[in-house]
Amino acid sequence: MEDSKAKVRRSDTPLIRIRDLVFRRGRTTILDGVSMDIPKGSIVAFMGPSGVGKTTILRLISGQLRPDEGTIEIGGKIISSMSYAELKRFRRNFGVLLQDGALFTDLTVFENIATPVREHTNLPEPLIRRLVMSKLSAVGLGGIEEKMPHELSGGMARRVAFARAVVLDPAIMLYDEPMTGLDPIAVSTVRTLMRETNDALGLTSIVVTHNVNQMRELVDYCYIIVAAKIAGEGPPEELTASTEAGVNQFMNGRVEGPIPFHYKPPGAPWGLLD
Amino acid sequence: MAVEEKYLDKLAGPVAEAGKCLLFLFRMLLGIRFSGSQILTVLQQTYLIGARSLVIIMICGFFVGMVLSLQAINALEQFGASDQVSLLVGKSLFRELGPVLTALLFAGRAGTSVTAEIGLMKATNQIEAMELMAIDPIQRIALPRFVAGVISVPLLTAMFNALAILGSVVFSIGVMDLDAGIFWSKLQTGVYFGKDFVGGLWKSVVFGGTISLVAVYFGYSARPTGAGVGTATTNTVVLSSVLVLIFDFIMTSFLT
Ligand SMILES: Nc1ncnc2c1ncn2[C@@H]1O[C@H](COP(=O)(O)OP(=O)(O)O)[C@@H](O)[C@H]1O
Ligand SMILES: [Mg+2]
Repeated sequence: MEDSKAKVRRSDTPLIRIRDLVFRRGRTTILDGVSMDIPKGSIVAFMGPSGVGKTTILRLISGQLRPDEGTIEIGGKIISSMSYAELKRFRRNFGVLLQDGALFTDLTVFENIATPVREHTNLPEPLIRRLVMSKLSAVGLGGIEEKMPHELSGGMARRVAFARAVVLDPAIMLYDEPMTGLDPIAVSTVRTLMRETNDALGLTSIVVTHNVNQMRELVDYCYIIVAAKIAGEGPPEELTASTEAGVNQFMNGRVEGPIPFHYKPPGAPWGLLD
Repeated sequence: MAVEEKYLDKLAGPVAEAGKCLLFLFRMLLGIRFSGSQILTVLQQTYLIGARSLVIIMICGFFVGMVLSLQAINALEQFGASDQVSLLVGKSLFRELGPVLTALLFAGRAGTSVTAEIGLMKATNQIEAMELMAIDPIQRIALPRFVAGVISVPLLTAMFNALAILGSVVFSIGVMDLDAGIFWSKLQTGVYFGKDFVGGLWKSVVFGGTISLVAVYFGYSARPTGAGVGTATTNTVVLSSVLVLIFDFIMTSFLT
């Protein structure tokens, strides 16, 4: 694996290329001049304190939000200049695992996984069944297809959501806090699934998280976002040893440092009159 | 964006909201496909929504029929006209009480649960997950529930009316010993199928549409938190009940 990592890092044609991204909400600048290159085949983490704008970057990449400035280029196509119809077609390339899984509570496990298949293909029912069952057993949950989401444990639900995210064999996986609220065993299971799927299918994965420890063994490369900018980047081992103040504070979970304990409203003192 | 929105909301909150709601309606109607799977989900929702309200509608219908007959007989007795009770009950029931009371009960029973269901789907990221799968949640979630409401309310109204007549029969014939032949013949000759019964059903179609639109719209635009969903649910009952009574007056004054 060391080998493939090294190869990945040297790859000079990144699958996802982000340049000078700026995103604002009202007067708050959430992201300010973020640039990244994400090579094909890698697992990349966006880390940073809660509320810094990690989910926002995922939404920008998936085209749900449009950047105020800068570009996001995926496989040579610029996301922000796509029409709604193009974007809709393009989203088939994404598998997304949202915070808490977001299973459809009114559908069985089987129908949950079958939903994207039914929506985007005209496969006959027996084939859909085979496809769904194979994905379900790939996450180690064959036999629960007729259960409803509320009958599953947190870890099982997350694995079903994982099966649903990969059912159409996407090229890019986006994970938003995929391990939040899971017990340690479930965390390892999900982590193994992420790594194995990524390597077996040649995917490119982006993981958003604020949990440093869960990521160390999983990801190839990290971007640390602090105060709207990239404060540090590199493989996780290097970042842990980093001397840059914000990165060091975040990676080692300290209170003192440039990441403030007190919330500062934008444009204070006028912000107080809102 | 946020700044302009704030001002708009303050200056013309209700108007802007009504406009957004109508846009939402158009977006839903644009999603109609008449495909097999869509028809199937509409039928499923009609079953769920209709069945959820059926028992309460039947119980209420029965007792409304009884109390209507009781009051009518009380009043009519003074003129020695208590054999006209079926006429009075039939007319007032089919034209007004059936459609309006069914609509109000439906708003409280099914409307709230639709708002809460959609609001919770939003709070648990299910709506966002659909968008990310390139599935239109308005077409997939809102539309079937809306159409199901438009279909179920007239059916429930007919059910309410039937049970109310039964209640009236039980009270007038069973308890007050009125003549069954007179009861039925007055109902048959005095109450018109087209003008009274079908006219009332048309109203209930409009009520069903109004309540369902309010319910899906409030669910869809609810703040994705526990409190937000609670507020949206309350708003659904309040607004759809008020709208039902306003539209009832407007339709009655123009159509009769
Ligand atoms: N829909 C929204 N409207 C206004 N502000 C938002 C919205 N969504 C997120 N934000 C703000 O954007 C910032 C970044 O949010 P987010 O990307 O969700 O953070 P993270 O995922 O890193 O915890 C937060 O300060 C949040 O308050
Ligand atoms: Mg987040």
